[in-house]
Amino acid sequence: MGLSASWLYLIIAIPAASAALLLLGGRATNAWGHLLGTAASLASFALGVLAFLQLRDSPDLQGGLRQELFSWIQVGGFDVTFGLLFDRLSGLFVLLITGVGSLIHIYSIGYMAHDERRRRFFAQLNLFIAAMLMLVLADDYLTLFLGWEGVGLASYLLIGFFQQKTSAAVAAKKAFVVNRVGDIGMALCIMLMFATFGTSSFVGVESGMEQVSAGTATALGLLLLLAACGKSAQVPLQSWLLDAMEGPTPVSALIHAATMVTAGVYLVVRSSYVFEQTEVAQTAVVIVGLVTLLWGAIIGCAKDDIKKGLAGSTMSQIGYMMLAAGIGPAAYSFAIFHLLTHGFFKANMFLGAGSVMHAMNDEVDMRSYGALRGLMPITFVTFACGYLAIIGFPGFSGFWSKDKIIEAAFGENLLVGLGALLGAGITAFYMTRMMIMTFVSEKRWAKDAHPHESSLVMTIPLMVLAVASVFGGVLLLNDWIGNWLAPVVGEVEHHELPLGLTELSLTIAVAVVVFIGVGIAARMYRLDSIAAVPSAGVSPLTTAARRDLYGDAFNEVALMRPGQALTRGLVTFDDRGVDGAVNGLAAVVGGSSGRIRRWQTGFVRSYALSMLGGSALVVLALLAVKLA
Amino acid sequence: MSVTPFLVLSALLFSIGAIGVLVRRNAIVVFMCVELMLNASNLTFVAFARQHGNLDGQIAAFFVMVVAAAEVVVGLAIIMTIFRTRRSASVDDASLLKY
Repeated sequence: MGLSASWLYLIIAIPAASAALLLLGGRATNAWGHLLGTAASLASFALGVLAFLQLRDSPDLQGGLRQELFSWIQVGGFDVTFGLLFDRLSGLFVLLITGVGSLIHIYSIGYMAHDERRRRFFAQLNLFIAAMLMLVLADDYLTLFLGWEGVGLASYLLIGFFQQKTSAAVAAKKAFVVNRVGDIGMALCIMLMFATFGTSSFVGVESGMEQVSAGTATALGLLLLLAACGKSAQVPLQSWLLDAMEGPTPVSALIHAATMVTAGVYLVVRSSYVFEQTEVAQTAVVIVGLVTLLWGAIIGCAKDDIKKGLAGSTMSQIGYMMLAAGIGPAAYSFAIFHLLTHGFFKANMFLGAGSVMHAMNDEVDMRSYGALRGLMPITFVTFACGYLAIIGFPGFSGFWSKDKIIEAAFGENLLVGLGALLGAGITAFYMTRMMIMTFVSEKRWAKDAHPHESSLVMTIPLMVLAVASVFGGVLLLNDWIGNWLAPVVGEVEHHELPLGLTELSLTIAVAVVVFIGVGIAARMYRLDSIAAVPSAGVSPLTTAARRDLYGDAFNEVALMRPGQALTRGLVTFDDRGVDGAVNGLAAVVGGSSGRIRRWQTGFVRSYALSMLGGSALVVLALLAVKLA
Repeated sequence: MSVTPFLVLSALLFSIGAIGVLVRRNAIVVFMCVELMLNASNLTFVAFARQHGNLDGQIAAFFVMVVAAAEVVVGLAIIMTIFRTRRSASVDDASLLKY
């Protein structure tokens, strides 16, 4: 067990209280709402750093810092304590969430300056931070679920922040519904845990895992994977992420790139003890990760909307993390490593995209950009840092993290490794394409566009994130990340590479593939001029990628239409069958009573006749009984 | 002494009363016919009491008389009131209480 820390709850409570104050305070808080929101996030970050330092300075503190707050649910043998756990894994997440979160808060002060609902925006950002911290600091799957649903709510609110736009409202609803599918997996998983172990705490599940049957372990693993797919936009629950770009750009950076979408990876890594008992679920995680990393990358190649291109890339990078998390002890720490570096460079690039949009009157089509590097030097340089990091340019953070994952993938299986390698090449292609279309090439601006560099409040977070994108690789020095996470996920195992490959030759192979990707993109987009409208008559693959690889079409045909047909059928059955029976009975009773009523004529003599007739009948009946 | 003639007379009186109730419109006559039916049943009670040699039937007849007396009081009062308001004692005219 770990050390108890009585102030741990403040990390969550401060942003939560700020969110409540800003939401309930109304217009009175308009003037300083954004400052309070930013301060709350920074305070949380400071506390996170304190806890992290305490954890670092006590090497024997492997159980992490703990705080038990209160007994949450207590019914018979069903006992859930509301507790927090700040261990080495959640510590990294807390720093990422509050650190990147604070930078995005600062950026949003500038980005949302002209929005009259800015206070509400900051309240919802704080709500998100609190829920996400709840998710990673929980020490029980049930409390984790609380944060899990909280981030779902915050994500819904923020995607639909521009609620006057129908597309934003629809996208928010779509994200909520698709996430609900994943949440079913999470809920079923928790129920199965209660049924099997009688508890859902991390400690209880971990200690019970060794005795469970293979079937139960596989079921738990697959349900966790379903939950992770929903939150992390993995195939087959990927369709919501591209539409989620309807939200304000800082939201895309914070929630749909750096933090919330990584919750699925966190869940899988946190539940490593479940996945280690079940080969089937592990393989399923690897397959989902591999499919998604290629899926997202292919979509990213065909998008002209800069944010959707980045969203496809996010999907793809989370696919890498998922793949690593599925490989097992050989790659858990690299999944988290890539998650951290991705958090830096993707937030950096999303915020850079926001800066570009800000300069171009909220235009998102890259075909209307071009030649912005001269006018927006800071945005260009910081975006370029993120670009070099994500494609894995040697020395930048993404190079170290992605290289490690590809290496682990080759150690797992040759095909998986080749898939991951191909993904790296495609990543290089679509990111170079984005870079060229936005910052290089010739001007293709709209007539009324007057691009300008953004204010310092927006560019300083960009610079900080750019530095982190460049130097994020230091976490790998002396295998620090692997050793740091070893108490939580186990020591890093090393697998033999196939085909007599060595680590060095593989690194070179990755670099070569990346340069090929960059080269193809440079040839295609640098030499030829870029048309103002997407060219027609392209290959079927490009058409498919422009339509998100028919993800929505598939959902529509396979799920939406049958679902609608089912509901229509049920409505018809309800109207005709159930209502018909009830209404028919009522009509029969009503109609006959209307007839019977007419017997009440008001004539006393007719009543007397019926009385006499009735009495005669009774007498006859009695006689008949007597004589029979 | 046989009880049969009494019963035959009683049945005749009862039938006359019942037919009177059904066919006459005048409330007073209907009322008188009801009395006739009650007294027909009284006759039956008394005849059987005599045959069995105990007083049960006679007591029942007394009860019927008491009830009939009370009924006459209330009934005549109602008929009087209806006559005052409608200037008619026909039971068919007083047919407002209906569907």
